[in-house]
Amino acid sequence: MASEAHHAETLALREQFDTEEQQKDASTLGMWIFLITEIMFFGGLFLAYTVYRSWYPQIFAVASSSLNVYIGAANTVVLLCSSLTMVLAVRAAQLGRQKSIVWFLILTLILGGVFLGVKAYEWNEKFVEHHIPGPSFHFEGIANQGPAQLFFSLYFAMTGLHALHMVIGAGLLITLIFQARKGRFSASYMTPVDVVGLYWHFVDIIWIFLFPLLYLIDRHLGR
Amino acid sequence: MITAAVQEREHYLNASYGIKSWLLTKDHKRIGLLYLATITLFFFLGGAFATLIRVEPLTPQGGLVSSETYNKLFTMHGVAMIFFFLIPSIPATLGNFFLPMMIGARDLAFPRINLLSWYLLVVGGLFALFAMLAGGVDTGWTFYTPYSTTYSNSWVIATALGIFVAGFSSILTGLNFIVTIHRMRAPGMTWFRLPLFVWSMYGTSLIQVLGTPVLAVTIVLLFCERVFQIGIFNPALGGDPVLFQHLFWFYSHPAVYIMILPAMGVISELVSTFSRKPVFGYKFVAFSSMAIAVLGFLVWGHHLFVSTQSVYAGMVFSFLSYFVAIPSAIKVFNWTATLYKGSISYATPMLYAFGFIGLFTIGGLTGLFVASLGIDVHVTDTYFVVAHFHYIMVGGTIMAYLGGVHYWWPKMTGRMYPEIWARLSALIIFLGFNLTFFPQFILGYMGMPRRYHVYPPEFQVLHVLSTAGASVLAVGYAMPMVYFIWSLRYGKLAPANPWGATGLEWKTASPPPLQNFDETPVMTHEAYDYSTVIEEVIEVG
Amino acid sequence: MTPHTEHNGQHIDSAGTYILVFLGLIALTVLTTAVAFVDLGDFSVVAALGIAVCKMLLVALFFMHVRHSTKLTRLVLVGALVWLGILIFLTLSDFATRGFTGVPGR
Repeated sequence: MASEAHHAETLALREQFDTEEQQKDASTLGMWIFLITEIMFFGGLFLAYTVYRSWYPQIFAVASSSLNVYIGAANTVVLLCSSLTMVLAVRAAQLGRQKSIVWFLILTLILGGVFLGVKAYEWNEKFVEHHIPGPSFHFEGIANQGPAQLFFSLYFAMTGLHALHMVIGAGLLITLIFQARKGRFSASYMTPVDVVGLYWHFVDIIWIFLFPLLYLIDRHLGR
Repeated sequence: MITAAVQEREHYLNASYGIKSWLLTKDHKRIGLLYLATITLFFFLGGAFATLIRVEPLTPQGGLVSSETYNKLFTMHGVAMIFFFLIPSIPATLGNFFLPMMIGARDLAFPRINLLSWYLLVVGGLFALFAMLAGGVDTGWTFYTPYSTTYSNSWVIATALGIFVAGFSSILTGLNFIVTIHRMRAPGMTWFRLPLFVWSMYGTSLIQVLGTPVLAVTIVLLFCERVFQIGIFNPALGGDPVLFQHLFWFYSHPAVYIMILPAMGVISELVSTFSRKPVFGYKFVAFSSMAIAVLGFLVWGHHLFVSTQSVYAGMVFSFLSYFVAIPSAIKVFNWTATLYKGSISYATPMLYAFGFIGLFTIGGLTGLFVASLGIDVHVTDTYFVVAHFHYIMVGGTIMAYLGGVHYWWPKMTGRMYPEIWARLSALIIFLGFNLTFFPQFILGYMGMPRRYHVYPPEFQVLHVLSTAGASVLAVGYAMPMVYFIWSLRYGKLAPANPWGATGLEWKTASPPPLQNFDETPVMTHEAYDYSTVIEEVIEVG
Repeated sequence: MTPHTEHNGQHIDSAGTYILVFLGLIALTVLTTAVAFVDLGDFSVVAALGIAVCKMLLVALFFMHVRHSTKLTRLVLVGALVWLGILIFLTLSDFATRGFTGVPGR
């Protein structure tokens, strides 16, 4: 068992690095830098949102209230659960607990899938209500359709981009699950789990901001 | 291509053969050469468009091409030159090749991502090329809305998609460089012993990583607007076209620093080596690279002075734009001070360095004119701006790029280029460049708008001078193509350190071995310490 | 049970710590949803964003191990947020000051 783990270690050290520690540090820094590029990528959408919400506060509030806040909140909880299972997977890897790594990763994947399923349901609701931007867009009870459509454009762009990142995350998790089942990870080599964990938590953080910005605009007005 | 005489020793070029060994390589040196070939193709493509752009205004009524075609020509010239030549040029060729060597590493942190970056540039380039061949795009490289999103009937999406993909090439290169510089330095290679080229690569990488994603999301929004008419940039639907301009220039202004900062890094190396002196004020130059990277992000609104951007924001951006000139000026002063009491050689790379210092200074000073809100109202969208940025991009970046390619050619290929022809080309380029672009300052000041192919007859003399200069410039650029290729077979064999330069890349053979160094070097002295270099200079001229 | 153990020189937080953080995140989610139904005027946005920032900090510090990370990692994270701030606030310097001169289009 020990020699197998050692074999896995030396296999894992890439040519350009001198030590395992250097490789781990480089990989972690690389993922953090990738995450900051993602922050700036989403940032453009947050800017557009900020500008147009400041221009059309009432219309945005009305449009926001057409989203189901309870489903949104529940979905937020689902994603937070997936972050918990993800960090527990990382912890299991740090402790070299092979079976736990696999189970926590599978749980994370399932919870991510639930989130995406709920999102698909929500989008379908929007489709049925004619709230999808484009030629058949119509929002009841507002004269100025343009800004309402803007809200939904931003809604679909931001949640769509977020969902795309979730799908990529799911793909990464599947890859990790296969590797974990082969016993690839140990206390001395768990960088891929660590790094995918960082990605997953980042995608969660994006949703932590999307939820209040999209679902919770002036709910006290009641509609 | 390379004669057998060079091949007794194994190095990165002969370690493996065949097309797969190049297309699936993880070697940063080979990837640097892959980039070199790719960007050279795009340079000549952009140059072909430039030729047509200059031939058309030989007469005041135009007549060679229609207005619509002319719009496509300057758009595609800009797209090809900026996204597929200038932005990758120095970082992806010279940076890829020499960054690991300069810090004493065997390769970059992520070699496979490095290869992916090259493929992304190629794929992006193919999209853009497709758009050009299928009919072109006519929105200007700036893609302003609502023309690009609603009214243009040209290949906007294909071109934008190409730029989007190429953007990820840029982001991944920046990411790779940052991690490499932080985590892969050889023992003894502290931050302040790094060559200044490395500092400029670091600054450039920061810009690539922080700015390019915003361009990417802007293109996504452009796509959504054009395809789904969501209204985000359309006033009729409640949107603001100026929001596009903010998002676009948030990246595109720092992008110009992506283009000039590596060039400045090259010049630091050239000025030091060919004065045989350490760069004056090393820390000032290093910190100036950082300052340019940071301040470059705070000035983009100077591209929006004549839009509906508020006057107050205009004042803020104008004020900040003056600040960003300061670190650039510090560098020019420091290079000049490096020359003082130096042992100056006039080898080709140094000629390019001199050209850079003079032309970049002119370009930079005219930048101050356009940074001034009041003056810019008159000269914006005229040939004055065109001249300003070509002095920086062509008189600056391209001269530094050529200087760098000449300087490092012996290391990359193991061959010397022919010095006389090289110096002649440098001179022709310098003369051709000035003849092309100096008249454009005058044209612009006198009121000639940019992007117009017809004009009042009193501007004709200046246009003819500019076009004449362009033909000289074209000759100047063609010559290195010929003699560099010639040198691969017939050039003198290069020693490890033909210039007597400092820097770890000169301590290994030309061409370098596959792992760069036979043993991991240990850095024991400061940067630019000429007392450590044994005289090994080939007689030049 | 100790809050964290050292293993191979790296801090390993206990499962209990993570569960506590998780419960905090749930509580903040409930809070932000509830607060949205209260009329706080302009303060609503501040409250919503403030709570979101708290949640972000919990995820970053504990789940992403920023608590135990190098200074460089923290600098990278702070830098990204500063840059996002530049994008948003410097652009708002335009949108927030339009029309002040009373001249159309300026």
